[in-house]
Amino acid sequence: MAENIILEVVTPEKEVVNEPTQMVMAPGSMGEFGVLNGHTPFMTSLKTGTIRYKDESGNERYVFVSGGFAEALPEKVTVLAESAERRSDIDIERAQAAIERSEKRLSDERSKEKVDFIRARAALERAKQRVVLVGTRV
Amino acid sequence: MASLKDVQNKISAVKKTKQITKAMNMVATSRLRGAQENMINFRPYAGKFSEVLGSLAEKSGDEAIPLLVNREEVRKIHVVLCTSDRGLCGGFNVNLIEKAQSFIKEKSEENIEISVTNFGKKGRDWCRTNKITIEEEKLGIVGTTFGFNVAAAAGRKLVEKYLAEDYDEVYVIYAEFISMGRQVPILKQLLPIPPIETGEDEESEGSEEYLAEHICEPSPEKLLGEMLPRNVHVQLHSALLETSTSEHAARMAAMDNATKACNDMVDDLTLLYNKARQATITAELMDIVGGAEALKG
Repeated sequence: MAENIILEVVTPEKEVVNEPTQMVMAPGSMGEFGVLNGHTPFMTSLKTGTIRYKDESGNERYVFVSGGFAEALPEKVTVLAESAERRSDIDIERAQAAIERSEKRLSDERSKEKVDFIRARAALERAKQRVVLVGTRV
Repeated sequence: MASLKDVQNKISAVKKTKQITKAMNMVATSRLRGAQENMINFRPYAGKFSEVLGSLAEKSGDEAIPLLVNREEVRKIHVVLCTSDRGLCGGFNVNLIEKAQSFIKEKSEENIEISVTNFGKKGRDWCRTNKITIEEEKLGIVGTTFGFNVAAAAGRKLVEKYLAEDYDEVYVIYAEFISMGRQVPILKQLLPIPPIETGEDEESEGSEEYLAEHICEPSPEKLLGEMLPRNVHVQLHSALLETSTSEHAARMAAMDNATKACNDMVDDLTLLYNKARQATITAELMDIVGGAEALKG
């Protein structure tokens, strides 16, 4: 079996993940990528989405991330994200409320400032990704 | 000499004050713990961030990125002043404001326009009385538990205005938490982003060699362009965290001193009270003895 690679996910609030994994899949801004032990040094920005990884015993785990960067080194992957939650920590009700809220805002304020529009759309995207992640089968 | 009743009243008043200062001390202690925890939790992110950013900045030719370039002529400066909302924390706010004052005075002598964003009521009040342009005020943040989004929102605005040339330079003034007994006001340049020091962290040694051969996606310049504005948020967030922690530490120390002063006062007053009491007793005895002597005679 291949050697493990350490996955570290940190946000401004806390360290979400720090454990050895068999494999990490992450949503890079230019496409999803997978990292195994011994990966060549690599750096990228991340899309809002889900990081999948296999923990030491081979169980698949999911972490939601948004607004982040990833750095892959041969023995370690570091993800810096503005927000990150393990699948079990996602507050589904909050995400659903956020979807409604931002959808409403998008339909109301199309004429309004562009910045708000972009931000509302980003919020919608985040919330949707959260819901999608919770909905997927383990 | 004060009457017995007066002294007694005074003693109970001081004791009540002591109760309050003691309670405030305990509140500050528990809040300090929370604030310190937030600060510690933020450190890995901030550390990692500047590490990555540093090596990235080294790699790309940074001429093209406006957030890094110093403007030739500086006419408008923006200051983000972090103070506390509440008083009773010793010289904490005074120190911060003094720092701001000397900086603003120096800059306005060079005919530079100054505007301020205030985090915290004390700084805002000071700006108001001194007729300094307040661009924005955010109360109820410093000293509480707040998320990264606060700094992100404020940071985004700063970057926007900087790019629109509303400001030529942006600074932040905050209280750095050095130890429980020491908080130092710091003036730091936010924009243009000062040259990023690499190898600051002893631990990160060796990472530079790695990065030299990093594959970047998209290009290093683009990545940097995305990370730099976020660096402003990170700096701002850490300034706010530091200020919050410092505020609680300063209040703790101030209240501790106040409690001690109360104790001293109670001791002094009790002595005074006892003396006064004894004086009356002696006077009464003298009267009785005098009366008895008179009867004998």
